[in-house]
Amino acid sequence: MLKILHKSIRLCVIASLALAISLSQLSASSKIAIGMQQEPTSLDPTADATASIDGMLSHNVYESLTTVNESGEVLPALATDWQVSADGLEYTFNLRQNVKFHDGSAFDSEDVLFSFQRAMAEDSVNPTKKIFKPIENVFAPSSHSVVIKLKKKDAFFLFNMAKGDASIVALESSTSNNEKPVGTGPFIFEDWKRGDRLILAKNAEWYDAQSVSLEKVEFRFISDAAAATAAMLAEELDAFPGFPAPELLEQFEADPRFKVTIGSTEGEVILAFNNKKPPFDNLNVRRALSHAINRDEIIDGAMYGRAVPIGSFYPPHGAAYVDLTDVYKYDLEKSKELLKTSDLEIDELSLRVPPFPYATRSAEIVQAQFSKVGIDVKVENVEWGFWIDEVYKKKNYDMTIIAHTSPNDLGNFARGPKYFYGFDDEAYNDLYAKIVGETDPEKRRELIEQAQRYLTDKAVHGFLFQLPKLGIFKNGIDGFWKSAPVLYQPLRGISIN
Amino acid sequence: MAFFIFRRVANFITTIFVVSIIVFAAMNVLPGDPALTILGLDATEDALESLREKLGLNEPLVKRYLFWVGNALRGNFGVSHSFSVPVSELIIERLPLTVSLAISGMICTIILAFFLGVVAAANHTRSGDWGVMIISQLGIAVPAFWLSILLVLLFAVKLRWLPPGGFPGWESPAEAIRSLIMPTLALTLVQSAVLARVTRSSMLEIMRQDYIRTARASGFNSRRILWLHTLPNALIPIVTIIGMQFAALVTGTIVIENVFYLPGLGKLIFQSISNRDLPTVQALVMLFAAIVIIANFIVDIAYSFIDPRLKERT
Repeated sequence: MLKILHKSIRLCVIASLALAISLSQLSASSKIAIGMQQEPTSLDPTADATASIDGMLSHNVYESLTTVNESGEVLPALATDWQVSADGLEYTFNLRQNVKFHDGSAFDSEDVLFSFQRAMAEDSVNPTKKIFKPIENVFAPSSHSVVIKLKKKDAFFLFNMAKGDASIVALESSTSNNEKPVGTGPFIFEDWKRGDRLILAKNAEWYDAQSVSLEKVEFRFISDAAAATAAMLAEELDAFPGFPAPELLEQFEADPRFKVTIGSTEGEVILAFNNKKPPFDNLNVRRALSHAINRDEIIDGAMYGRAVPIGSFYPPHGAAYVDLTDVYKYDLEKSKELLKTSDLEIDELSLRVPPFPYATRSAEIVQAQFSKVGIDVKVENVEWGFWIDEVYKKKNYDMTIIAHTSPNDLGNFARGPKYFYGFDDEAYNDLYAKIVGETDPEKRRELIEQAQRYLTDKAVHGFLFQLPKLGIFKNGIDGFWKSAPVLYQPLRGISIN
Repeated sequence: MAFFIFRRVANFITTIFVVSIIVFAAMNVLPGDPALTILGLDATEDALESLREKLGLNEPLVKRYLFWVGNALRGNFGVSHSFSVPVSELIIERLPLTVSLAISGMICTIILAFFLGVVAAANHTRSGDWGVMIISQLGIAVPAFWLSILLVLLFAVKLRWLPPGGFPGWESPAEAIRSLIMPTLALTLVQSAVLARVTRSSMLEIMRQDYIRTARASGFNSRRILWLHTLPNALIPIVTIIGMQFAALVTGTIVIENVFYLPGLGKLIFQSISNRDLPTVQALVMLFAAIVIIANFIVDIAYSFIDPRLKERT
């Protein structure tokens, strides 16, 4: 009897040990630590533009009516499907049913109405309020459908509705989302130690929870590139999907513990000319300077060869991309000749650069390149707040280097004389209006191609390169997007093997 | 003594007042629009205007200053523009880390510097002295952030003894202490170099005094002369430097906290300045100023303990 008891106890111990080990393996293998360079100041994407809020929370904690996949294609999210009226002005969204917010309250059309009205209101502080501008009104025929009427056709409407700025939030939690975000998504917010880390846990009640393999996600905020490298090498982190320093990639590529991916972001890096201000109001000067730019040298020097050159303002991974890098070939003779025909005395140009490594490094190379055609460039490294105020707001600059990271941002050139480009072109404005109004994908693609050619022809800016998305991952981690068509990164597709 | 304290308090209030005006003026004269920094480059003009209104940025400067001072006197430092939570909450959250770092840095600095300084003085013109002088010269020359990176590469990446950065919070004390070892070391190594030199020269000065010679002639053992007769009398210049170094340590945390990604006040002030978060920057600069003034005040009090003759004079 005693023997049997002993045996069964031993069996129990072994079984529970085995269970404990397998459980601990499960929890160890489904927990991930992700490095983020930018630290958020708020957790509400509908009131703060900080990209890392979207990067961590959009489509993970918060959801929108639609979502976007890695190739930029619009997919259903909180809306299961939608119908568009024949005139392209009325969108009827059917909402997903039996969805709950993380605080337990039910999701229905009231929440959608609230979110849109809040974003569209006069006192709204939504960072991309302009995506709501085409909306005439929103109403809910039933608790699980919503109709949105537009003032005019908007080809980007469904894509824009996937943005974090269009997240669906509940009335009760909308004011506390900045500290304690409540959404409907596959991950529930757990904790935020400001300045250090943010923790999410899997939402077991999400409608497709079985497809989510991560149980816990920890974002760690590390802004310094050397510190980020050390944290990866010490295996404190499992992934750094937006690694800040191309110059440090080599050691990870050589290390068998890691996998490195080099993709593309939506960020076009431009040498912006203040088109309003002489000598940049002269087309020949802009063309001359475009010929004086050696993109390959800039990419080698500033990005350690890890970027793709661009000849216009459109990402090379986009479906409508046209390669225009050959229009202004690096040609010093041509550049000098064009400068001569413009008949202008250019003594010194200022180049005010924001504190981003891609910009400060490129600036020095541009300075050296322009000196070869007899133009002195004074590089001024300024702080971000100063850049926003002096360059962006007051347009007090000759040239600057900046990446435009929003998707579908050809509209920047149609923002008129108030925008810091100082580019005001009737023909382009008409062309862009056509792009926005064209809902046929094939025709829209042609128009977008036309727009790229137009901007290159006018040499509005010096088009340099597409900002790369550099990712470093521990072996066995899969599912991170290589390129970033939007600011967010869905965590539900990520797995650890 | 009462008059001494009264004078000090009056001094404190005047300094804080002057600092408040300078900080307020500097942050408002500095180019940069807080609303644009928060809402980003895609924001529409009306959204920016709503936010400026909400943050109270449209009021005249003097009115904003008086409003801020009035609230601050009642202990209300306003709401952070970028974090949208009370500034006092942000500070309370992060103060313990920075204070622990500065205090542990100070203690280690004093211990190391005293040891090195006394050893150097005792071995004046011999190899021990030269060794300490060379090491301390190196310590002064090496920037703290570079030293930090070397420490991380050795102890976190190579040996895996310590975490490369971050702070798990005081809920897990052992982990918290582990994560503060390297930052403390980085602060200590650089700061103690200066203090060791001051200790050494102050000790040498005292060792030339007649009473030390008398003590030696009376046959006291040299270790006792060194630690009990020379060091206490050499303290006045050392304590002055310690007071100044404490201020340097507190501001030194700005660099260290960024390298070791520690969520302390140094990292907060760095971030708040680039975010143009006026209320947070103002409160933090005032706090740093207060810490420096209080440290000097403690140094003054310490003088009268070290040298009772000073107490009579005040």
